[in-house]
Amino acid sequence: MDNIAGQKSGLSIATHLATALLVLLWIIPTLGLLVTSFRDQDAISQSGWWRALQGAPQPYVLSIPVDGQRQIDGGTWLLETNIFEVAAADLPQSVVDRRAVDAFGVSRLRGADTPAGETVETRQGVAVTIETDGSLRATAPEELSDLSIPVSLVAPPQMTVENYAEVLTDTTAEERAALREEGTTLDRLLFSDEALFGPFVNTLTVAIPATVIPIVIAAFAAYALAWMDFPGRGFLIAMVVGLLVVPLQLAFVPITIIHEWFGIGKSFLGIWLAHTGFGLPLAVYLLRNYMVGLPRDIIECAKVDGATDFEIFRKIVLPLSFPALASFAIFQFLWTWNDLLVASVFLPSNTESTVMTRFVVTSLLGSRGGEWHILAAAAFVMIAVPLVVFFTMQRYLVRGLLAGSVK
Amino acid sequence: MPIIVTGLITILIGVGGMIAYFWLSNYLLDKVLFPAKGENIGRNVRRATAIRPWLFVFPAVFALGLYLVVPVFYSAWLSVSSFASSDLAARGPLANYVAVLSNPEFRIALLNNFLWVLVVPSASTFIGLLAAQLTDRLSWGNIAKSLVFMPMAISFVGASLIWSFVYHPDPEIGILNAIRATFGAEGGRTFIDGDIVDSFWLMVVLIWIQTGFAMVILSAALRGVPEDTIEAAIVDGANPFQIFFKIKVPQIMPTILVVWTTITILVLKVYDIVAAMGNQYRNVEILPTQMMQSFDSGNYGFATAISVIIMVLVLPVMIWNIRQSRAEMR
Repeated sequence: MDNIAGQKSGLSIATHLATALLVLLWIIPTLGLLVTSFRDQDAISQSGWWRALQGAPQPYVLSIPVDGQRQIDGGTWLLETNIFEVAAADLPQSVVDRRAVDAFGVSRLRGADTPAGETVETRQGVAVTIETDGSLRATAPEELSDLSIPVSLVAPPQMTVENYAEVLTDTTAEERAALREEGTTLDRLLFSDEALFGPFVNTLTVAIPATVIPIVIAAFAAYALAWMDFPGRGFLIAMVVGLLVVPLQLAFVPITIIHEWFGIGKSFLGIWLAHTGFGLPLAVYLLRNYMVGLPRDIIECAKVDGATDFEIFRKIVLPLSFPALASFAIFQFLWTWNDLLVASVFLPSNTESTVMTRFVVTSLLGSRGGEWHILAAAAFVMIAVPLVVFFTMQRYLVRGLLAGSVK
Repeated sequence: MPIIVTGLITILIGVGGMIAYFWLSNYLLDKVLFPAKGENIGRNVRRATAIRPWLFVFPAVFALGLYLVVPVFYSAWLSVSSFASSDLAARGPLANYVAVLSNPEFRIALLNNFLWVLVVPSASTFIGLLAAQLTDRLSWGNIAKSLVFMPMAISFVGASLIWSFVYHPDPEIGILNAIRATFGAEGGRTFIDGDIVDSFWLMVVLIWIQTGFAMVILSAALRGVPEDTIEAAIVDGANPFQIFFKIKVPQIMPTILVVWTTITILVLKVYDIVAAMGNQYRNVEILPTQMMQSFDSGNYGFATAISVIIMVLVLPVMIWNIRQSRAEMR
């Protein structure tokens, strides 16, 4: 349409730019935490994640051998060498390979406070220069007996999955090695008290039945509300629409009391039932909207041929409604997997039965609030499954949204 | 992993039980109670047809009734009959409401909730509309949409972590403070530290999540705008902005309203973001967090009173929704 108006170019470039900006704004927060989750604990506090690919400077103190010095004119002693050659033994190989000096200094106390390339002089009159490539030039009025220099060298970016291992087992690499020598099994590690793996399994345990059960119940009801004629049908549909917006909070106290009364208490059975009840209005609404749109001819032909309602439902309506079933399944799965509120009310708070969202909010944010390597990894363990579901099933999700909202 | 086994068994019992229920009840109806044979065949078939729909809807109606309808009335009753202390009980059935409404913390929560309802739906809908229009005819529009839509899959708790990291006070860690530092600002800013404006930083998280939803629906609506109205506008010499605001937006107004109300309802229920990010600060509290506080401390009277207040706030939307769907059915 734009080309008809004859002003395609300018506006279209602006559109591209604006969209790119919007997309960038939208993914940068997630990207930041994702990159952070793969970074070393020290690297996170030393440089921002946007500099992760440049590598983080690491502090070292090098003692430079002084046997190569010679006297030049005026009695000044001169030492010319390269720190990466003479001190290679004291440095990790990756740092030597990188050959990049960020800063250096002459006082152990003040550390590496001079940017590479500049000259700094000690109180004794020793002038030291270190270039970014590591070449060192020192001049001194007297012969140097020793030279020890704090430097900050750039280590190449280190991507590690250690954070994930640490958050899933609640042990660092050394602790794990020690425990393995003691003969601790992987199973014990994964299900220890403060490990995230247990809550991960619990989340799965909550989400799957809480997704499947409401679908079955809702499918039958939706069929009746769409294709069977009975008094009170209009009222039931209106009720479902009204219940769509009832705040969950309203149900917490009564359902807690009712569950207590039935002896269910706070348990997995309780949360499965609660999620089923809370998910039903959307399930019935979505499925009915979809089933009503199925071609009337097919169903009436089947009836004429003597099929019962149960057969029509099972053999015709259910297979045809697959897109709607899939879209509700995705909604309900995302909702139950991501839920914090219902889990805080209907599950006991001990680690054996807590879900990830709650574990992160009550345990991790409290006890390890500042440790971003842990929090970032925990966040991505938590959102990995929904993201996979989202990107593989997006088509159905969008279709479901449209069926539910656009009239 | 015994609990996951229990879960699988529950699925089997749940699904199998449902199927067994439908099969058995239909069998009972057709073969035992009202068989389609014998002298009363006409009457029997009529009765079976009248009863069958109820067999289909019964489990759903039962669950909906027990988990949503009964609680509405039970909560209302508890809010006027359950008191934390006999002292409160002596002041009559509305004592909980009086105590809750006169609490200054509740007023802050109400004000914050009002701001959330005002800001989040309007911002999400507006940015979503903008994104829908921008990506509409772009070659890479679908990829862009998918990326803006992605936060929808992320839990509120996960999103809170993601944004806490963005807001981190250290300019070497938090990107917002790093940007401030490049513009010469001294030191890091703590974004969420107990100010009343902190709520806005939390709202950003929900706007970030909900914009994708608004965009997807509005983008479908924009595609549904009849081409000839746009062509007519072009012939009349309208510029692209006029086409958007005067031709397209008025035609998709009903959809914009649906998106707006859907997000509004969601905002009224939001709890996780404030619980995860503003945990220790009274100033960012909203009604659901207040409700959960009373609930956790076992004060069911206050908890139900607050939840009934939330329900009253949702009621207009509920009535509007029911009216809409009734109008559609006709």
